[in-house]
Amino acid sequence: MNISRDEIIHISKLARLNLTGEEIEKYTKDLEDIIGFANTINGVDTENIDESITATEQSNVFRKDEVKEFDDKEALLSNAPSMEGRNVPPSKCFIIGR
Amino acid sequence: MELYELTVHELQEKLDKKEINSQDIVKSYINRIDEKELEINAFITTRKEAALNETMQKENAIPIGIKDNICTKGIKTTCASKMLENFVSPYDATVMENLNNDSIILGKLNMDEFAMGAATEYSAFKKTRNPWNLNKVPGGSSGGSAAAVAANMVPWALGSDTGGSIRQPASFCGVVGLKPTYGLVSRYGLVAFASSLDQIGPITKDVTDCAILLNKIAGTDEKDSTSSNIEKRDYTKAIGKSIKDLKIGLPKEYFGEGINEEVKKAILDVAKKYEQMGAIVEECSLETTDYALATYYIIACAEASSNLGRFDGIRYGYRSSNFNNLKEIYSKSRSEGFGPEVKRRIILGTYVLSSGYYDAYYKKAQKVRTLVKQDFKRLFEKYDVLLTPTSPTVAFDIGTKSNNPLEMYLADICTVSVNIAGVPAISLPATINSEGMPIGFQLIGNHFAEETLFSAAYAFEQENKFREKYKPEFKK
Repeated sequence: MNISRDEIIHISKLARLNLTGEEIEKYTKDLEDIIGFANTINGVDTENIDESITATEQSNVFRKDEVKEFDDKEALLSNAPSMEGRNVPPSKCFIIGR
Repeated sequence: MELYELTVHELQEKLDKKEINSQDIVKSYINRIDEKELEINAFITTRKEAALNETMQKENAIPIGIKDNICTKGIKTTCASKMLENFVSPYDATVMENLNNDSIILGKLNMDEFAMGAATEYSAFKKTRNPWNLNKVPGGSSGGSAAAVAANMVPWALGSDTGGSIRQPASFCGVVGLKPTYGLVSRYGLVAFASSLDQIGPITKDVTDCAILLNKIAGTDEKDSTSSNIEKRDYTKAIGKSIKDLKIGLPKEYFGEGINEEVKKAILDVAKKYEQMGAIVEECSLETTDYALATYYIIACAEASSNLGRFDGIRYGYRSSNFNNLKEIYSKSRSEGFGPEVKRRIILGTYVLSSGYYDAYYKKAQKVRTLVKQDFKRLFEKYDVLLTPTSPTVAFDIGTKSNNPLEMYLADICTVSVNIAGVPAISLPATINSEGMPIGFQLIGNHFAEETLFSAAYAFEQENKFREKYKPEFKK
């Protein structure tokens, strides 16, 4: 299985990851190995077989779309890396946007 | 005998007779943690003082260790990742709500980062060691949970299992681990890795404790739409039931190439013992085994790449301090916050979902998944349980596999099919090998047939008496 450096760079952009040159080399090789192995499923006859999206037979589960107040807003917001009042996040790009 | 050596049902008996209280138990475990944690490195967070304080209100509570990907209100939940190093959950996972009244959290346990790994070597913080031999891995990803139970640093623990992450470390550490049926235990508050496969389950010293802990955590939850509606059961009622005429299938694919000879012999000895106990053992075939592993890695990584998209450096988690625009907040925070294995799986998952490859890999894997499910269904029309090794090998040396991802993935061959099909499976110790390392075996049951698993596992445990014969030696 051949995977090119350019493909890994493209994929990492889609995944919002910046890879170093060394990482690109490493992941290109790893992915070649792993995808090479994953190709074993090409040998399976899946003609007329439906896809399974989950492990059980359960279909859609519905509930009412009700708003529930979360009572500890401080605890919620305290996990944001930085705060400006109650705005998350006040970073350069958002400030420029205002 | 020290209290920390007892199982939970033995502790419970003493609590019921008022011979001891929760403070005695917590103190005993804290002493043990002080004695062994430096060698084992099982904990990411310990809460000795807080646990002791809680004993004042909860006189009959039992302490517990929690894998660090299960949200605990007010206590850090790091997923062993730099990404969540300082994350304090503002709410409890449903399993924690279920446990709260009669449990005291002793600490949060180490794991592979975001539960991706099979040796706990991919933790961003520390490498946990196997209590049977400190140079060996404890397995993973719930390696901290299994090692802490084996070393008697917690009486029992919760882990999570996406492709073997409860069963394989339980097997490596000589303890009992159950992956319940998909849908039996709520995953609300479990940090998602691969949502169609993830399941929370118990890691315990023996089978009885495993049934008791499952009683506490199983149940419907409207916050997890995949949780099933089956009625509450008392799993301890399955303990001690006769296994005469129980039909056990031995899928031949689990005894072929790649399985260590000592492991293979040990599992065949388990089969013989079951026969002597009155069960009917027969060879059978789980034909999709060869494809299950590839199917698993395609589906698990695809779902992970999507689930981990939420880590963007905005609302919670790590944020890079060095960015010029919004795109850079995302990419730099993710690149600096995630470790190498997590990045590898995100890349693999993004690849199999990307335009041009989606049909060939992701869609194809979902079709093969249907075949795996049908394969199990067919076998469970004939057999009550399937008996297999939990892992092709015993625990390996620290540092020997972490640089070869494919080799590490291949070692999951015995456990992943179970998650793909959503069926339950329990791992328990069979014996030790010539080097003194535990060999575990796996019993797989039909959907929601946990009771059958407990009956079969308990019967063997009573006959085998592993805990009486062998103890971790903390070999250096």
